[in-house]
Amino acid sequence: MTGPVPASAIGPATDVAAGTRFNVCAFTGRRLDEVALRLVRWNAVTSIVALLIGAIAAVLIVLTRWQAVHLLPAIWFYRILGVHGMSMLIFFIIFFEMAVLHFASTALLNARNVAPKISWIAYGLMLLGALMVEYLMWAGKADVLFTSYVPLRAHPLYYLGIILFAVGALIVTGVFFANLRMAKRERTYEGSMPLVVYGAMTAAIIAVITLVHGAMIYIPTFLWSLGLMEVDPQVYRMIWWALGHSSQQINVAAMVAIWYMLGALTVGAVVLNEKISRSAFVLYILFISMASAHHLLVDPGMGSAWKVVNTSYFMYMAVLASLLHGFTVPAGMELGMRLRGYTNGMFDWLRRAPWGDPGFSSLVLSVVVFGFIGGITGVTIGTEQINIIVHNTLRSPGHFHATVVSGTAMAFMGATYYLIPLVFRKKVALWGLAKLQPYIFAGGMVIFTISMTFAGTFGVPRRHWDISFSQAPFDVAFNPAVDIFLALVALGGITAATGAFIFIAIAVKSVFFGEPIGQVTPNTHMRGVPQGLTHPPKHSADVAERWEKMHGPESGFMGPAPGTLVLVFVFLAAFILYFFVNWKVLSFVWRIG
Amino acid sequence: MHIDIHTGLDSPKGNWWKPAHRAEKTWVVIAFAWCMVLFAMMPLWHWKGGQNPSGIRRRVEPGEFYKRTLEFSAQYKVGEDRGMPIVAPPPGSDVYLTAMAFQWTPILKLQKGKEYILHLSSLDVNHGFSLYPININFQVVPGYDYGLRVTPNASGDFRIICNEFCGIGHHTMVGRVIVEDPPAAPAAPVATTGGIQ
Ligand code: HEM
Ligand SMILES: [Cu+2]
Ligand SMILES: [Cu+2]
Repeated sequence: MTGPVPASAIGPATDVAAGTRFNVCAFTGRRLDEVALRLVRWNAVTSIVALLIGAIAAVLIVLTRWQAVHLLPAIWFYRILGVHGMSMLIFFIIFFEMAVLHFASTALLNARNVAPKISWIAYGLMLLGALMVEYLMWAGKADVLFTSYVPLRAHPLYYLGIILFAVGALIVTGVFFANLRMAKRERTYEGSMPLVVYGAMTAAIIAVITLVHGAMIYIPTFLWSLGLMEVDPQVYRMIWWALGHSSQQINVAAMVAIWYMLGALTVGAVVLNEKISRSAFVLYILFISMASAHHLLVDPGMGSAWKVVNTSYFMYMAVLASLLHGFTVPAGMELGMRLRGYTNGMFDWLRRAPWGDPGFSSLVLSVVVFGFIGGITGVTIGTEQINIIVHNTLRSPGHFHATVVSGTAMAFMGATYYLIPLVFRKKVALWGLAKLQPYIFAGGMVIFTISMTFAGTFGVPRRHWDISFSQAPFDVAFNPAVDIFLALVALGGITAATGAFIFIAIAVKSVFFGEPIGQVTPNTHMRGVPQGLTHPPKHSADVAERWEKMHGPESGFMGPAPGTLVLVFVFLAAFILYFFVNWKVLSFVWRIG
Repeated sequence: MHIDIHTGLDSPKGNWWKPAHRAEKTWVVIAFAWCMVLFAMMPLWHWKGGQNPSGIRRRVEPGEFYKRTLEFSAQYKVGEDRGMPIVAPPPGSDVYLTAMAFQWTPILKLQKGKEYILHLSSLDVNHGFSLYPININFQVVPGYDYGLRVTPNASGDFRIICNEFCGIGHHTMVGRVIVEDPPAAPAAPVATTGGIQ
């Protein structure tokens, strides 16, 4: 039985490959492969550069949508909106995921990268693809937004750039599986692979399925752009979203894996039950190809039966998976805290949690905003009929900035606060700001997403330069409340973007100009190193007894995590309320069928 | 029972397929039941509800659809606004609306409480049909005819906003729908407002 972070777990056969290539982690005693870490560093840094581009774009578009400011001219608004979608959703997120795959398949298993050369080639392909796409977008040769719905047409090299990027990413998933195999063969770990790696593997499997859909759509579209074949606009939408949405499922799986990791590092979160957590990951994989449907609910190409079955991922089994993680992640944190002695009452474990540790606050904010705003709105607006009052309004970006931004991006930022000392071996710079950063980013995003959602309920369209319709043939006068909501969107958006800039400043300063960590004395505070590393969360000595007691009959129905049980029922109540309010609102519009 | 207390970063030792605590199992069951409710609502609304995206759907050649729209406009034209025909089809008829960069044609004049089959399609790229201020939204895809049975439940002067990016003039693409009370028929059956009856 080990503590939350094993002191040393170097497997028996590791000496085989020992050499100067390997190091021992100063905090966790794990074996680190320098080659893999360099890949992690380059992918992470590239990801953060993409975040910078995306965040600058975000400020420009948010200030344009705020009609009182209306910053950019129309052509630049749409162009920069394309840059924002691509830089954020594709380059920032996926480069970071590549870093996660390299990290999880080596450092977390005491293992090594088996194909350094191929890994670098993959990185090179991705970088080349990304640069091509960025150039063409900025040059005005790809004003098609990131969805590039055929028959809108971009320069052929734009599609080729995306293909190169995707091939690179596919190769990295291949390296990931090869690393896992080799770790197993070399027995670098005992027993089954850790849950966090299992989650990363889920993300990698989904990535393969996703990238196959990507090839299925971008190769024909590339040929179409050269005039070599036809692409049907509806078929394009269907397969494009099999790529576009499945990739969101990669993000969810990667995010949940990071939730488990940050829980373990910051508060010694335990795995309540491996069976349930792992089965939930499997549910993500099973129904993934159905994911495109909720983008097509009001499309003419498919019938209702297809829409109903697919939008629900076959009866909401992927939603079930998220509902399970939504319980097991906080419950694991609660139990971890209780096993460390924070046993008073229902919520003492929460009150006394390390709220000043940016890894911990990012984790909690990510779980809460993803669940309460992203999850609830997502399932509701992805309902076949409710989508009629949502499709392409601001409710849609309102929803996904609560999932992939406040959820995934927030989790990635939290992980970075631990990766800086663990992988870059630097102290986190601007530590005082780092403690605040998660609150600024998530706080801004909460205002932003809620205001966008409200503006959307008035029918305010997404991807729209001018809702005063000054150049339109007929006047459209939105409810004055819309002006207030759009101002709040700007306020929240600028706040969140400030949070992103602070994060970028911290990451860049730490990585390039940061103070090396040097000697580590356990249980001594070190400014710039999160407390989860200086004071690894230890369970109390009688942990087995406590566990037994908390699971026994004396703990009653509420079991080992009573606080979490209360929280998930509050969540369920909010979910039920929001869901049925939307049906009610739908029932007021014209009869249609 | 041997207990293996570990975090998500540690390898579980031995067989990890172990029974969960009652509280956790309860949550699994409740979450599953809620998922079934989420699912059941959709077929239920098809059966009892008033708003569904079913429609009559078929492929159509874009030029063909536009031609049909022009014929329809000529047939029922009652006026003009800014060079655009205002068209008042009889209740129950097929109504054609073509989207193209950057306009919706023609202007429709409908009667409150009467059903029409509204055919939507595009001559060029994807567009988004968004009826303002009702907030009804449909995707308009070139090559596909989406025939939706619609029943206006209020009179007024409505707009169609394009809410799918269709090019640089996207934000100027606004159409018009006028709904009038049915002529001189005070005893006409009042339209239902939709929803579950
Ligand atoms: C840093 C704070 C951010 C702000 C203030 C922000 C703001 C916005 C705004 C105002 C829009 C345009 C809505 C519209 O007019 O349709 C938008 C769209 C979008 N954002 Fe963000 N965003 C942020 C971060 C992110 C991140 C981190 C991601 C992805 C991980 C992301 C992904 C997207 C995508 C995919 C779109 C849709 C683009 C399109 O419709 O073509 N955003 N964002
Ligand atoms: Cu349009
Ligand atoms: Cu448009």
